[in-house]
Amino acid sequence: MIVTQSEFTAGILDPNRPAPEGVRDGAGAPTTKRFDVYRNNVAVSLTDALVSAFPVVHKLVGDEFFRAMAGVYLRTHLPDTALMMYYGDKMPKFLRRFGPAQSLPYLPDVAALEIAMRESYHAADAAPVSAEVLGQIAPDALMAATLTLSPAVRIVQSSHPIYAMWQFNMVADAPKPTKRAENVLITRPQFDPAQHLITDADALFLTALQEGHALGVALSKAGPGLDLGAVLGLLLRQGAITKIS
Amino acid sequence: MFDAPQYTLPAKPGVGYKPQHYSEITAQPGPLGWLEVHAENYMGDGGRPIAQLRHLSEQFPISVHGVGLSIGGEGRLDPDHLARLKHLVGWLNPASFSEHLAWSTHDSHFLNDLLPLPYTAATVTRVADHIDEVQEVLGRKMLLENPSSYLAFAESDMSETDFLREVVARTGCGLLLDVNNVFVSATNLGYTPQGYIDNYPLDQVGEIHLGGHDEDHDDHGAPLLIDSHGREVADPVWALLDYTLERAGAKPLLIEWDTDVPEWPILAAEVARAAAALELVPA
Repeated sequence: MIVTQSEFTAGILDPNRPAPEGVRDGAGAPTTKRFDVYRNNVAVSLTDALVSAFPVVHKLVGDEFFRAMAGVYLRTHLPDTALMMYYGDKMPKFLRRFGPAQSLPYLPDVAALEIAMRESYHAADAAPVSAEVLGQIAPDALMAATLTLSPAVRIVQSSHPIYAMWQFNMVADAPKPTKRAENVLITRPQFDPAQHLITDADALFLTALQEGHALGVALSKAGPGLDLGAVLGLLLRQGAITKIS
Repeated sequence: MFDAPQYTLPAKPGVGYKPQHYSEITAQPGPLGWLEVHAENYMGDGGRPIAQLRHLSEQFPISVHGVGLSIGGEGRLDPDHLARLKHLVGWLNPASFSEHLAWSTHDSHFLNDLLPLPYTAATVTRVADHIDEVQEVLGRKMLLENPSSYLAFAESDMSETDFLREVVARTGCGLLLDVNNVFVSATNLGYTPQGYIDNYPLDQVGEIHLGGHDEDHDDHGAPLLIDSHGREVADPVWALLDYTLERAGAKPLLIEWDTDVPEWPILAAEVARAAAALELVPA
């Protein structure tokens, strides 16, 4: 009557399965309710991890919907590490296919923004370069320079108002979102990630920098309409450039 | 046997660290002598958690308590997780590292709970081999914590205390005695908690845990206690602590409160009660 960990795990994940035959209460009798404690612990702890990872998605759909959805997610996407701070990284893709969420087409992008905020919070520390260092580079040399962005920088593009939706749900007195496309730049000046609404050209430019392209190449990828001075100023003020080479 | 430099926590009260208590703990520690953190919460690359832990370690001895190594797992230990643990223990150089007699990972899936294992000759070997590996990689002795049990296994043929004794004998590891877990398991499985303490190798204890539990009932209406870490330590658990300290002498005592975490003054009252229990221990 050996209970393998495969059998125990299968029983935990499927509430309709009977408890493994070899589990006993203190008197040696078979027991279901005692096994249910572990079933419950696993489901609740993983669901709670998702609730704390996605506070805005949770608010948007409500607790009952979120927990039902989390129950489906956790059974198809068990964590592959013990680092709960990264659990839920497949949520945007999951939500794109999750039937009951199809009437909320912005949900996957809101989830992506929440993941990006959390990644930024835990990203490696890196000392920023100052505006003076950038100012010392000759204008023609500047176009060939590569600007390394901080490991805490994230760019999230969306055809939905994800910035306004995040603010509206997390910041007191933030205005109601209006229907439009929004892109968000996340920086982390010290410990707290900060969001900045950016244009399509900014997003293309910053993504090109993140991919390691030289400034001139990133500029051409951004296309017309990029305010280079403004975006560089923002990056410098936020301590988001960590190396110029 | 594992031979390495000894690290020890002071025989004072400690708490499981929660970031919301940062200012109060650092400004007015009172009788608080050390802090415990969950290893996995400090395995990110940087940012506030790491900076805060570095800062706290300048003021307090730190105990690193792992919840994700799956020492009782049938499979091999996750080498990536072990490497992250080595990195954390390396830069922090904590006063203690401890983990659980439990498993949480199966087929590379992490279940985020401390799951039980049967106590047999085969599982002693499995657990001892895993502890040997951990101590070898970390270059230090670890403490192994007794679980809260809600069920037993038909295949078990040794007691938990005999199991722990055997693992200590084979690996040279120390023990983390959770007296709330003893009380919960004893109630759930029908033995006396004092009897457990009488059979437990108290000379190996490097740390004691105290936490709150919830009360429920099983299929037959028998009491079923749940280790919730969400409330004050129950009175009979404090009494079991006194019973233990009388026999073991003063030990580092940790208050664990992980869910529905209260304001600092409520936790500070538990710390004061632990300090009072230590004062009763004969020198």
